[in-house]
Amino acid sequence: MFEQISIFHISSLLFLISILGIFLNQKNILVMLMSLEMMFLAVSLNLIFSSICLDDIVGQIFSLLILTVAAAESSIGLAILVVYYRIRNMIAVELMILVKG
Amino acid sequence: MYLLILVLPFLGSIFTGLGGRWLGYYGASIFSTSCVLISMTLSFFAFYEVGVSGTVCYLSLSPWINSETLYVNWGFLFDSLTVSMLLVVTIISSLVHIYSINYMENDPHFSRFMAFLEIFTFFMLILVTSDNLAQMFVGWEGVGLASYLLINFWFTRLAANQSAIKALIVNRIGDFGLSLGIFTTFYTFNSLDYLTIFSLVPLLLNEYLIFAGFQVHNITLIGLFLFIGAIGKSAQLGLHTWLPDAMEGPTPVSALIHAATMVTAGVFLVIRFSPLIEFSSIVLTVMIIFGSLTAFFASMSGVFQNDLKRVIAYSTCSQLGYMIFSCGMSSYNVSIFHLSNHAFFKALLFLGAGSIIHSMADEQDMRRMGSLIKFLPVTYSVMLIGSLALVGFPFLAGFYSKDFIIELSQVLANPNLNNVNGAFACWLGSMTVFFTSFYSFRLIYLTFLNSTNTNRVILADVHESSIFILFPLIILGIGSIFVGYFTKDLFIGLGTNFWNSAIFILPSHSNFIEAEWLGTLVKWLPFIMSSLGIFLISIINLLTNYLYLFSKFNILFAFLINKKWYWDIIYNRFLVYPILNFGYLVTFKNLDRGFIELSGPYGFSKLIPTWSEIISRLQTGQITHYLFFIVLGLCSFSGVLGGISFNFNLICFYLVLMFFI
Repeated sequence: MFEQISIFHISSLLFLISILGIFLNQKNILVMLMSLEMMFLAVSLNLIFSSICLDDIVGQIFSLLILTVAAAESSIGLAILVVYYRIRNMIAVELMILVKG
Repeated sequence: MYLLILVLPFLGSIFTGLGGRWLGYYGASIFSTSCVLISMTLSFFAFYEVGVSGTVCYLSLSPWINSETLYVNWGFLFDSLTVSMLLVVTIISSLVHIYSINYMENDPHFSRFMAFLEIFTFFMLILVTSDNLAQMFVGWEGVGLASYLLINFWFTRLAANQSAIKALIVNRIGDFGLSLGIFTTFYTFNSLDYLTIFSLVPLLLNEYLIFAGFQVHNITLIGLFLFIGAIGKSAQLGLHTWLPDAMEGPTPVSALIHAATMVTAGVFLVIRFSPLIEFSSIVLTVMIIFGSLTAFFASMSGVFQNDLKRVIAYSTCSQLGYMIFSCGMSSYNVSIFHLSNHAFFKALLFLGAGSIIHSMADEQDMRRMGSLIKFLPVTYSVMLIGSLALVGFPFLAGFYSKDFIIELSQVLANPNLNNVNGAFACWLGSMTVFFTSFYSFRLIYLTFLNSTNTNRVILADVHESSIFILFPLIILGIGSIFVGYFTKDLFIGLGTNFWNSAIFILPSHSNFIEAEWLGTLVKWLPFIMSSLGIFLISIINLLTNYLYLFSKFNILFAFLINKKWYWDIIYNRFLVYPILNFGYLVTFKNLDRGFIELSGPYGFSKLIPTWSEIISRLQTGQITHYLFFIVLGLCSFSGVLGGISFNFNLICFYLVLMFFI
């Protein structure tokens, strides 16, 4: 029981760290993408552990799905990043303010 | 026949007013005058039938308002009071019509003038003949409207506009009181018909209205409200300011409205409600006090006026005071007797003044006249007759009515009766006689007898007017001499049954017999006072012109009275302007355009751009900021739902807090 709780804690902590990594980071968009990946990992870790705990296969199926989604997402994200870099020659987050309110 | 008396002036007004273009000057004058003349002839017949033969006529045409207990008919009641007023109104009106044919000859809007005169006559007839309060109110308001139109006849003149508006508004204050009176009457009696009201009065003597913890006697309340109406219309002290200003209208208008008819409507109302007012001693007292104060104040103001018509207007005001306080002394028949006599000599004075003004190239200032006796002998003689009748010279019209009013007040002033109001009215009334004769003969001296003050160009052209102006003057002059003598026994003779039930006087209030047995000196008193007035003004004018000018106090006093005791200024400065300022600054600028608009459309239209600016400033374009908001939203949502579960007030507080951040 204790292990389960600590493992859920670990996955939550990972999730939290990744969130903080997203919005505390002002400079680098790559770090943001990596945090995003980390978020997916934390979620799939959580799912896998809960599937083990509950003795159910659905969690693992979901985590596999998430892995593919995360892979697709990061490839699209990197593609956008590349397009963006080709246009503007830089990837600094704090200068992406072309759509101001 | 009875309805024809009313219909004819109406038709005359409609046709001369709408068809004046086709009728032309001659058509309008002949048509309108003949309508009123026929109406006058018919009212003579009506007077004979109703007054002399004693057959009261009551016509009910059709229902007007019929709702639950409120049942108002178009009904016409011709009793002796009505036919007396009918005769006065139609005679004066037809003479004024004849007079206007010549007086307004060169006016381009002649047919409009005739139409206004006729519609005024029509509404006056509606007022006097109606059998219920609602219909009477139609005539009452119609007369006010017609007076506005007539005073404002020369609408290009600023003074005429102002005084017409003043007349209408001051009258409207009285009308407010009258309409309250009508509502109270309906509340008390559940009916507006005169006959129902008057027969129910003794039954409802102990009815009280509880208002804000006070017990108000219903009958007294109705009487007071009706009297407020009379104050407005009959120019009693307090609401009298419109009457002298109304002299801005053409002179025939002054003669018709402000001498004979409209201002007497208030007195007529009081006399008509004698069966109700008799039962309330408070109303009677109020009427005595207001009436005698008005008589005294107006006659005193008349002494120092320099405008020819204004002197006569104040004289009217003062005579109306007499009528009202004689109503207050419960001698209503004397009041209407004085009303009919007064109509004759006051119309005579006004029309005579019009004749003078007409021949003097429209000069109204008495100080620029003089020695007109050589040029206008006919006008002089009729003006002299009118003035003598006004001051109550023996055997002329005023003698029979005015002196009798003072004798009645002498009865009430008797110490044995212990009647303070009577003594008050007696003293003021007797002093008024003095002032009346003083200003009447001041007018005669300044216009006719003193040496002239006008220039040669005008004086060379002074001549008597045509027969259309002189004929009404002569008829009215004959009337002023004889009408008092002829109708004395009919109207106020002891034991006359002329009034039947039209006027009701409580037996305990009747002083007619006592008035016949007053002491000789007391009976001579009005004559002595008026002779004294004539004597004094003769001395001042004939012997020396400087005697009364020396004292500083005299000059101040004369200035004060010449400015009409500053009534107008007091009203303007302490009522009109503060109310106007309040209306502009407080209700308009602060409330209407200020507070209400701020919380309404104007406030919203200012608020929404501000908010939208604040909200659009949140859109920085920085991705990290958006992410921060997402996370913040998540945190606060989970915090609100999980941490502070179901504390509704706190949630609201957080929401409002977020809104303002």
